[in-house]
Amino acid sequence: MSVFRTLGEKPWLTPSGHDAVLTPVDPAAASRTALRFIMAIVGVLFFLFIITFLSRSQYPDFQALAGQPWQPFTDASRLWVNTGLLALASVALQLGLLGARRDRLNLAVAGISAGVFFSIAFLVAQMELWRYLQSLGYYMTGNPANSYFYLLTAVHGLHVMGGLIVLANVVFRVWYDDSVATLSQPLGLCTQYWHFLFAVWLVLFALLTSRAETINTLAALCGF
Amino acid sequence: MKLVIALVLLVLGSLLFHWWSPWWFTPLASNWGTVDTTVDITLYITGFVFVAVNLFLAWSIYRYRHKPGQKADYEPENRSLETWLTAITAVGVIAMLAPGLVVWADFIKVPEDAEEIEVLGEQWRWSYRLPGEDGTLGKVDARFISQANPFGLDPNDPAAADDLLIRDDDLHLPAGRPVKVLLRSRDVLHNFAVPQFRVKMDMIPGTVSYVWFTPTREGRFDIMCMELCGIAHYAMRGAVVVEDADTHRDWLAQQSSWSDVQGIPAGDLAAGETAYAPCSACHGDRGQGNPAMNGPALAGLPGWYIQRQLEHYRQGVRGAHQEDTLGQQMAPMAGVLAGPQAVRDVSAWLASLPVPEPETTVEGNPQRGAAHYNTCGACHGVRAQGNAALQAPRLADQHDWYLRRQLANFRNGIRGYHEDDRHGKQMILMARALQREQSIDDLLAYLNTL
Amino acid sequence: MQHTAIADQPAELHDPHSFVTRYIWSQDHKVIAIQYGITAIFVGLVALVLSGLMRLQLGFPDTFDFIDPSAYLQFVTMHGMIMVIYLLTALLLGGFGNYLIPLMIGARDMVFPYLNMLSFWTYLLSVIVLLASFFVPGGPTGAGWTLYPPQAILQGTPGYDWGIILMLISLAIFIVAFTMGGLNYVTTILQARTRGMTLMRMPLTIWGIFTATVLGLLAFPALLVSAIMMLLDKVIGTSFFMPALVSLGESMDYTGGSPILFQHLFWFFGHPEVYIVALPAFGMVSDVIATHARKNIFGYRMMVWAIVAIGGLSFFVWAHHMYVSGMHPAFGFFFATTTLIIAVPTAIKVYNWVLTLWRGNIHLTVPMLFAIGFIFTFTHGGLTGLFLGNVTIDLPLSDTYFVVAHFHMVMGVSPIMVLFAAIYHWFPLISGRKLHEGLGKAHFWFTFLGTYAVYLPMHYLGFLGVPRRYFAMGGSDFIPASAETLNANITIAALIVGLSQLIFLYNVVRTLRRGEPAGHNPWGATSLEWQTPDVPPKHGNWGPELPSVHRWAYDFSVPGAEKDFIPQNQPEKAGGTGT
Repeated sequence: MSVFRTLGEKPWLTPSGHDAVLTPVDPAAASRTALRFIMAIVGVLFFLFIITFLSRSQYPDFQALAGQPWQPFTDASRLWVNTGLLALASVALQLGLLGARRDRLNLAVAGISAGVFFSIAFLVAQMELWRYLQSLGYYMTGNPANSYFYLLTAVHGLHVMGGLIVLANVVFRVWYDDSVATLSQPLGLCTQYWHFLFAVWLVLFALLTSRAETINTLAALCGF
Repeated sequence: MKLVIALVLLVLGSLLFHWWSPWWFTPLASNWGTVDTTVDITLYITGFVFVAVNLFLAWSIYRYRHKPGQKADYEPENRSLETWLTAITAVGVIAMLAPGLVVWADFIKVPEDAEEIEVLGEQWRWSYRLPGEDGTLGKVDARFISQANPFGLDPNDPAAADDLLIRDDDLHLPAGRPVKVLLRSRDVLHNFAVPQFRVKMDMIPGTVSYVWFTPTREGRFDIMCMELCGIAHYAMRGAVVVEDADTHRDWLAQQSSWSDVQGIPAGDLAAGETAYAPCSACHGDRGQGNPAMNGPALAGLPGWYIQRQLEHYRQGVRGAHQEDTLGQQMAPMAGVLAGPQAVRDVSAWLASLPVPEPETTVEGNPQRGAAHYNTCGACHGVRAQGNAALQAPRLADQHDWYLRRQLANFRNGIRGYHEDDRHGKQMILMARALQREQSIDDLLAYLNTL
Repeated sequence: MQHTAIADQPAELHDPHSFVTRYIWSQDHKVIAIQYGITAIFVGLVALVLSGLMRLQLGFPDTFDFIDPSAYLQFVTMHGMIMVIYLLTALLLGGFGNYLIPLMIGARDMVFPYLNMLSFWTYLLSVIVLLASFFVPGGPTGAGWTLYPPQAILQGTPGYDWGIILMLISLAIFIVAFTMGGLNYVTTILQARTRGMTLMRMPLTIWGIFTATVLGLLAFPALLVSAIMMLLDKVIGTSFFMPALVSLGESMDYTGGSPILFQHLFWFFGHPEVYIVALPAFGMVSDVIATHARKNIFGYRMMVWAIVAIGGLSFFVWAHHMYVSGMHPAFGFFFATTTLIIAVPTAIKVYNWVLTLWRGNIHLTVPMLFAIGFIFTFTHGGLTGLFLGNVTIDLPLSDTYFVVAHFHMVMGVSPIMVLFAAIYHWFPLISGRKLHEGLGKAHFWFTFLGTYAVYLPMHYLGFLGVPRRYFAMGGSDFIPASAETLNANITIAALIVGLSQLIFLYNVVRTLRRGEPAGHNPWGATSLEWQTPDVPPKHGNWGPELPSVHRWAYDFSVPGAEKDFIPQNQPEKAGGTGT
């Protein structure tokens, strides 16, 4: 493990030729590091939400949103549609990235546009889902499961929006500087973030549409 | 140099402070002597480290302070020294931790012969529930809680009927018998703590926590709420009275069960009106009060409040202090009422009367009074309308001179000093927050606007 | 993307031209650091005044009409929250972190200067929202800095309406600000170190700040989660934390929530928070001690390992704040064990500070005085932590004044000692002038002796069993009258300490106006921040070329070297080679 080797160094010994070990770093690496931290932080955020969800699910007033025929997510087809939209956004951005890397401007523009379009479509579809739930009488305060559904989708949606703002910023700067060559690096980071959000969504999707027994099993595994 | 002397003096001073301090654990009154032992072990170990590290520090500063020509050593690390120090520290830590874990294992394992009782916390009072003859505590649920059922007992549970309900500050326990105290809260977090027993546990609404102990010493021990529970947190006091088995049996016999409480008849208005006749000279024919006779308004006060005050007068809980001349006049008058039923009748009748509008006599700044009233409003209601759940009477539409006198009485310990006056005791603590006459005038001026 | 942080020829480095871009919307880490510092010290002074008011009430109950029970609880809450979050976290990381990171690792600036600027302004917004709660109906929240539900959002607690909402919003904003700043700190440390600055050559200050920032980035989400969920409970009426309950006689609509869940979340953040404050302080004090003792820090590697170990362990000890919270009592075994394990690396740090002084060449300058004061107070506070961390001993002591005394010793006085040491130490670099020595010493003696006079006796009130957060003790059988006298004396000592901070403020103002110029590297320090071409460093820090690092940061009194220190950027042939 290089971490342990690093921590084991004796810095007061100065081996010759050691001075050049660290040259100033490639700036792209800084953004990459920052993105890793962002994903770690967002990951922790959702992890904690999920832990509280599992803990809260063990109180008697909690009623899962799926499992019985009358519960809204027993038939999760609407959620599958939304999942598809977010997946398409991810794929489109990946194509855009491919285009940017190979210097194919058209593909890059098309990919990014499609990515933005599908992301916004996902957000709209999520809002539509809220409306649908409310029309069924599943309000936010009705049950902790409902509360968590609205809360987690909202927090996830906010992260998608944040991504869109950064993406807009990237595109705007590239357009402003008129150099497609600098696009691929920041776009690569955005794409990675989108994949990450898609993965988070899959976890949330699985959790929120779980039947009571599944949730109980998970909670038991966590010791609640 | 000054620093070296200061460090040495601080170490010595800390030791002397420790030995001479009159402030130390209160004498133990339960079986938890092992807790004290654990504290002692940790105290000796940490005390040794404190003295050793700081004296070495002082010596190093003295010995290696800068002098012309001095040069520091160059030694990046010393593995063996560091390893030794780590090992010794680890041993010390284990020596402290191990007894702690052993005692904790005792603490969470309740002996089988422990009697179960319940302590209920609510803002800002203690109540207790004992299992009654069947030895079982009845089921409870927050949705059953009401004015008539403050514990939230399940009316469908037969085990609940004989539960002894103690809506009083004092919990009596027999010495030498282990008890498991189930802890429950109606509203927010509280903490059941008795310093002499060395036990302490939060009470959480929605769940039941517990502690167990065996009282070993007879006496009266304060229960303090030790989890911040709102404005009157510091006034939430109770007591555990530990007594011998016979005295305890007598005390148990005097307590009423839930079915007893439900059986108390309501007051009769017509009988109340008749019984009120002798009171009207001072309190007015419609209970509107009479400044000339120092009689406060009674009409519109809640029945439970009038009833409690009458009972207090009759039992010598109120109006018995030698400086309370007006109270001393009232006490025999309260005794004129024939009995508990007459007290209930009068109280019910007075409560049914329309609220009077007394004349105001104070001048003050109502805005500033409103700020002072912020704290009072927690119990007495935002509009001073009173709150039965907290047993806080209505203050609006009372004569301001009467309120002023009562505030002074509370502040000076003339009212509320009696052991059995649980709400009075709280009011002593609360009334002391306002000391200046001007502040009280402002407060009364504000109350007059309500 | 800003590349300027690490460029040798900073062609893109936009020098700010106007007053506004230079001092207000500045992206220079040094200006941002000073903005952070001034804001944090300002709110810190507010919190100091609040603590004075609290002490007045406790020392002299039944005296002051303007401190009623509600106001008292509001003072307690705001004092705690401001000191922990808005002063210590902000000043140590936003202030010193910002100032020292680029300078100590040889960068021109943070890697994301714009984000850095945004971080400060967001922080300022959070402070404004927090202070606004003093002016809303009902005043600020009085729920205690832990904000435990259900109490925090129910009637019967001061500021249960607007106060708590503003508090939660302010915290959320602060977390956003911290995350922006923190991303910058970690990325800069990982990616913008200059030539030769390996991780193990970094000064311990940077190690402390780095680890603390990582802790902060991973722990603050827990506070955010709990703040969001409590806000929803309050505003929308969900039941995340709120069980079925009857509040002041009124049945509420909540069902089935779990107040304990909040406590777990809160302390999952709250305990690392202790180390978010402590680790940078550990780092900075190490550097101050080494510099002023003219000796390398003893056991550098052990110090780094201890920082990393403490940081890692700090995520596994949170429930030691909850031994008597009514959680499952079996947790007590686990958390008591982890908590006492963390004592080992902490003790090692103390030994190594003392061993650094041993065989040193100790200059008792003002920073050194504060650093030694820190060793003393931290030893004291750390040892009392062994009482509270041990689950059995926590039974009689938790929620008493012992806890108050302990955490003020370890988290109040100790970091403040380091902060003062750091301010006296780095002020010559920041301003180019040296703070007055005599005034500094007076400030030290009042602060050091005064705080000990406040907190040593307070432990004994705790042994006695006096509960914390009580507006007045009133009559209680087990609290003797002498405890009231003791409380009055504590108050007097506290007021003296509070007032003596005016000496410091006067010293700063006086020095800024007519202090003696400090010159280049007045303490003879080795680390890079003292090797800048200009004092104070200019925008871009390093002139045309970035420094190269050839050694670790602790080459003091190297045998054979001509001076008793060798700066990190001095090539090998010019100085000794070490052992």
